[in-house]
Amino acid sequence: MNNGYEIRWHGRGGQGAKTAALLLADVAFQTGAYVQGFPEYGPERMGAPITAYNRISQNQIRVHSNIYTPDLVVVVDETLLESVDVTAGLKENGALIVNTKRSAEEIRPLLKGYKGEIYTLDAREISVKALGKYFPNSPMLAAAVAVSNVMGWSSFMHEMRASYQHKFAKKPEVIDGNMKALEMTYQALEKDLKHNKKMSA
Amino acid sequence: MARKDRMSGNEAVSYAIRQINPDVMPAFPITPSTEIPQMVSTYIANGEMDTEFIPVESEHSSMSATIGAEAAGARSLTATSSAGLALMWEELLLAASNRMPCALALVNRTLSGPININCDHSDGMGARDTGWIQIYAENNQEAYDNFIQAYPIAEHADVHLPIMICQDGFITSHAVENIELLEDDEVKNFVGTYEPEEYLLNPGKPISVGPYSVSNYAMEAKKNQEIALENSKAVILEVAKKFEALSGRSYGLFEEYRTEDAEYIMLLIGSAAGTAKAAVDELREQGKKVGVLKLRVFRPFPADEIAHALRHCKAVAIMDRCESYNGNGGPLGSEVTAALFKNRVMITAVNYIYGLAGRDFTVDHVKDIFAEMEDDLKNGRETKQYQYVGLRK
Amino acid sequence: MRTDVKKINEQSKHQELTEGLMIFAGGTAKEFHTGEWRTSTPVFYADKCKQCLLCAPVCPDGAIPVKDSKRDAFDLDHCKGCGICEKACPFGAIEMREGR
Repeated sequence: MNNGYEIRWHGRGGQGAKTAALLLADVAFQTGAYVQGFPEYGPERMGAPITAYNRISQNQIRVHSNIYTPDLVVVVDETLLESVDVTAGLKENGALIVNTKRSAEEIRPLLKGYKGEIYTLDAREISVKALGKYFPNSPMLAAAVAVSNVMGWSSFMHEMRASYQHKFAKKPEVIDGNMKALEMTYQALEKDLKHNKKMSA
Repeated sequence: MARKDRMSGNEAVSYAIRQINPDVMPAFPITPSTEIPQMVSTYIANGEMDTEFIPVESEHSSMSATIGAEAAGARSLTATSSAGLALMWEELLLAASNRMPCALALVNRTLSGPININCDHSDGMGARDTGWIQIYAENNQEAYDNFIQAYPIAEHADVHLPIMICQDGFITSHAVENIELLEDDEVKNFVGTYEPEEYLLNPGKPISVGPYSVSNYAMEAKKNQEIALENSKAVILEVAKKFEALSGRSYGLFEEYRTEDAEYIMLLIGSAAGTAKAAVDELREQGKKVGVLKLRVFRPFPADEIAHALRHCKAVAIMDRCESYNGNGGPLGSEVTAALFKNRVMITAVNYIYGLAGRDFTVDHVKDIFAEMEDDLKNGRETKQYQYVGLRK
Repeated sequence: MRTDVKKINEQSKHQELTEGLMIFAGGTAKEFHTGEWRTSTPVFYADKCKQCLLCAPVCPDGAIPVKDSKRDAFDLDHCKGCGICEKACPFGAIEMREGR
């Protein structure tokens, strides 16, 4: 099945996983790709587990179902690892990103035999350092782009700045903080990305 | 000039409404259509359109006010979902019998209960006999395009009927996808200004709307209403042709996808048609002769046209995203099989119920259904009628 | 589209009816002489009448015309003979009688 690159987001209501998915669709569109960004809806409750999805493709996307065999899974809240089978259907050659202080080696035993790549990112630390507050969605979005390479990093940064400038037109002071969070995310992951590329090469 | 953009289905319909800039929009919020009145009122607040927005206290009132405004001579519309449409029931029928060419953006959501906010077609299907024209969309693009075509259809002199533009709740209403937008002036020119011949606020030319009708008038009036609905079929095609000239996107009463030599066809409505097309592409690569018939216009029901389109296939899977509680299948199943019989098209027709209350419908479901029909037909077995897709049992 | 609604009656073919049964006029109830439904008829005694005008507003059919602050004779084209005016009159100036 060729629906392009498929991403599944796991988060909790209020953490911005849905916003991150919609934002990714937004910025990936700017590269000329076909995109889908959609949440799996239920009654909206702060803290309840939520799932959101992205498809990014060079061809028109017709399918309108959820994603069962993603290329990438992004876990915005690590406490979900206990209650949600986050790697269900995740492709062996795909990747998992978890927002945690722990290392990939510490996370792997929690994953029901998943053998693919694992990236961990302390989005809390990055967010608090860059923004002074805990908004995990910007770092996790940046991580999703860095790991998946669905769009080039520099065009991602360019589109994100444009997006923040539009979104925070009345609060320009938060634009730089958000941009810094994206940059810090890339720096945190950079080593792992190169390492994994060597491994698979 | 067409402009490439990305937006959700609700954003797309709201964008179309802004471009059309109708006169009056009374509305009451209900998930998943809430964003439409919300976005339209934001456009109004920002001075990007000057529609008179009326926040009402219920959907009973929003449809009443829509009819009242339309009768007064204003191009009017509202938006709703599910229980909101149910609360409009009485007024839906009045909008049609009073021949009001108003519009309704329906974001399909199941009717309770069990109480649920997700997509199926039970709201729209429930309103199938109210006299409204109903057009369904596969994605945000079609929801946008259909809305732009709504008033030219509804306001046509041969029609004068209300029109419901439907899209799947959450699946398309809340999904951000690529879209091609028309320019504001292109939409304005296409839709034109509303110049009703007769309306209430017309000094010196008084009219009375919706008078009591004794039995000796009512049956003839209903026949006239039915003729208008029949007339709308040609008008829908005529408007689609003009729209194609403008946008390059072509629309009919239904879309036939890879059906030219298809032995097995899946007939369905809405967003699931995209999923079925993706499955058909895969099956075609395996040499399977399969296709999709996506119904766009459910009212008026193109019975003869559907029967004609299906006449050469071996079997059709008729997909209902709605339980009809008649013990005999879904509404689409009933109407398509009646159409086949009336036209003496004696193919195998299997009715499936799928996707109720937001249950996901996948490429694998589509493949399973085609495989089951083919297997049964090749082995001379009757395929079990009226099945639930993906039911745990 | 404007149709002479006076030419439409209960025997008209469906093609002859107006769209949505719209009536292209206002106040058309006047044309409909409901007075013929009457089985009892009010009789007005002008000598007993004090022109208090309690009768006119209670008439459901507007069949008691008022001119220059004075009531006039009954409009028997539209009076259905309900008798409410008889009950409302404090001076016995209205009396209902069997028949038209």
